[in-house]
Amino acid sequence: MLVLDDVGVRYGGVDALRAVSLAVEPGRVLGLIGPNGAGKTTLVNATTGLAPLASGTISLDGKRIDGLPPHRIARAGIARTYQNIRLFGALDVRANLAAGAFARPGRLTAEEFAALLDRAGIAHVELTAKAGALPYGDQRRLEIGRALAAAPGVVMLDEPAAGMNPSETTRLVDTIRAIAASGIAVLLIEHDMTLVRAACDAVVVLNFGEVIARGTPAEVARDPIVVEAYLGSGAGALA
Amino acid sequence: MIAQQLLNGLFLGAVYALFAVGYTLVFGVLDILNLAHAAIFTAAAFAAFSLAVAGWPLPLAFLAAAVFAGIIGILLDRVAFAPLRARNAGTLVPLISSIGVAIIIGAILRGIYGVDEKHFTTGGLDTAPAIHLGVVTFTTVELAIFFSAIVLMLGLSWVLRASTLGRRIRAVAEDRVAAALLGVDLERTIAATFFIASGLGGAAGVLTGLEYNSVTLDMGGPIELKGLAVIILGGMGSVTGAVVGGFILGAVETLAIAYGASAWRDAIVFGVMFALLVARPTGLFGKRALRQA
Amino acid sequence: MTTLADFYAKHSRLIDQIGVNAILALSLSVSLQAGQLALAQAAFAGIAAYVSAILAMNAHWPLLATIVVAVLVSSVVAAVLAYPVRRLRGVFLAIATIGFGEIVRVFANNLKITGGAEGLSGIPNDATTPVIYASLAVVALALFFLSRTKFALAVALVREDEYAARGVGIDVGAIRTLSLALGGAIAGLAGALYAHASFFLTPSDFGFPRMEQILVWCVVGGVTSPLGAVLGAALLSILPEAIRFLADYREISNGIILLAVILFAPGGLSSLWRRGVVRVRS
Repeated sequence: MLVLDDVGVRYGGVDALRAVSLAVEPGRVLGLIGPNGAGKTTLVNATTGLAPLASGTISLDGKRIDGLPPHRIARAGIARTYQNIRLFGALDVRANLAAGAFARPGRLTAEEFAALLDRAGIAHVELTAKAGALPYGDQRRLEIGRALAAAPGVVMLDEPAAGMNPSETTRLVDTIRAIAASGIAVLLIEHDMTLVRAACDAVVVLNFGEVIARGTPAEVARDPIVVEAYLGSGAGALA
Repeated sequence: MIAQQLLNGLFLGAVYALFAVGYTLVFGVLDILNLAHAAIFTAAAFAAFSLAVAGWPLPLAFLAAAVFAGIIGILLDRVAFAPLRARNAGTLVPLISSIGVAIIIGAILRGIYGVDEKHFTTGGLDTAPAIHLGVVTFTTVELAIFFSAIVLMLGLSWVLRASTLGRRIRAVAEDRVAAALLGVDLERTIAATFFIASGLGGAAGVLTGLEYNSVTLDMGGPIELKGLAVIILGGMGSVTGAVVGGFILGAVETLAIAYGASAWRDAIVFGVMFALLVARPTGLFGKRALRQA
Repeated sequence: MTTLADFYAKHSRLIDQIGVNAILALSLSVSLQAGQLALAQAAFAGIAAYVSAILAMNAHWPLLATIVVAVLVSSVVAAVLAYPVRRLRGVFLAIATIGFGEIVRVFANNLKITGGAEGLSGIPNDATTPVIYASLAVVALALFFLSRTKFALAVALVREDEYAARGVGIDVGAIRTLSLALGGAIAGLAGALYAHASFFLTPSDFGFPRMEQILVWCVVGGVTSPLGAVLGAALLSILPEAIRFLADYREISNGIILLAVILFAPGGLSSLWRRGVVRVRS
């Protein structure tokens, strides 16, 4: 279980995050939503060790991980995908999956490769295909596959549906729920409310670096504070 | 005594600055470290030498050689950099292709001129009158060299600050994509940048050849590396920094020689450069942040 | 058979040189594979060359012992250098390492034990052709086997995307240090062999011009396989000799080949028969 307790992050005198507390439990999907600039990616960066905390703590299964270098946090069992895809584009699919499993002892077997492709929803993709040449949707899924290859306790998905059409998004819901069902704690950052409603057990809403609401997707969608936050920023994304 | 040393440092620094300005201009506009700059420096010196031998008066040979260097600069971009821009090859590949051009220029010079040292026998260089001004002494040649360098650098400063071309160059340096969107003709602006940068580098070469009355195939070696120290000190991409850095280097070198540390002066220079890179990579005036993953 | 022996007698120096150059190229290829343009290999080789020569001449150590110590010294120097430059990337790393090389050259130029500007002469000439090529084979084989390990995967990932590499648990700093140290070790071997294969050793043998040459060999040959580096070194060492008819212009060939490779075959010549995806053993 990943626990953020009263986390604060400052960038150049501005509070990018303030007193944020949340917990991501194994087997459940927690959605993280909020207008652009609300601090969602900052939260993911802080959790993965890319941004220092000004206050608060972050723990994984009871052990503090804030302050550790990024590679140690990854090895502790946190895997992520990136808002702008960060695959190892010039390498093949196999190498990308093997990269995900880097911290695990030994190498992936052929069965494990196949299983990863399956769980990521790209069973049809060849292991020898160049990662950067895959269709966009497949690349996003390969990133998910790479994250799963680490056999992580926590997976953080940063806008995995960006650029996907509605049918691809629906398939993604199944993929995400299956990941959670396998016992992993999933944090899903998304703008696409259809995806959030379908995939998430609970939602935390950020605005201006603070948590302004929490609850089930339905509760949050009705919350007037949340509606105003979105309408105020011009995004009618809650429709 | 110290006044004389500082004056020597000033003269030396002026040429360093002139060379470094061309280096940093290309880096500022294109993020490329042009390792053919020193080869063009040398080629211009040889060109001026040939013209002088053919009877041209030195000032004219100097100007013609500088223009020649500018043209080589444009060709350099066309052959070695432009094709790489077209395929988005990054910043390290052009560095390597500039080495290729440097090798080619060096081979051509070697073929034409051979390996012997050349001297300017005309223009009365060896018999230039010395001027005494209080406690310092210098020759008219040194003075002419110094002024040429200053005039060129002032000219560059004016071009960059006050002319349309200068505005375009600064726009491209700031943000290539935005500049193109705003209608700046990228390729022509880049060509102009290379003409100026290489022309100034070539001018520095001719002036250096005149200063020591010596033109050799490897005259570009030392200054190529010292030039790196200058642009790191002054800040990569900052023309002002290159000028200030050049003068500081000139002063440091002459003082080091005067006070007995001459054998180690290069180590001191590169030691300082290394320390700067580790501690304050943006240099004195640099706007470019160190690129970190 | 006599023609072969004659050929060898006439060209033995060149043949030895090619062997040493190939090892130097391999040392740089390790850093380039990690995406680091660390231009200090010539300096590492120079340090090892002097250490090995001094131990052989002043302390009368046998060849193997001097090589071992020289390689150790150059590896340690490389590992130590990795620390101050750990945050430098791209051109800045290149410049810093060039600066380091110049500092080493000045030291070699000024210390009494290195013979100053005149350098050292009378180094025992016991790095014979078989020794050089056996060393080359050892290094090439070692790198080949290394390319099948997780270390090689980590190196490739750091090269492709450092950020994402951290995200999969790779200690990027450690990889960069290890690859620089490995390059330092290999360069050290080349330097020690060079010293024992030449009659003299001067500070300018391992300065920036030599470093540029090594870079050119790697780029022309291609760095994704050990074969590429060796190919580049061999081709570009032989070519100026083979086209002697061009006399003083003959070095132009290397420049033209370098440009041609960059413009038309950016993976290097060795990539021409391995077109396609960069295959990394997983």
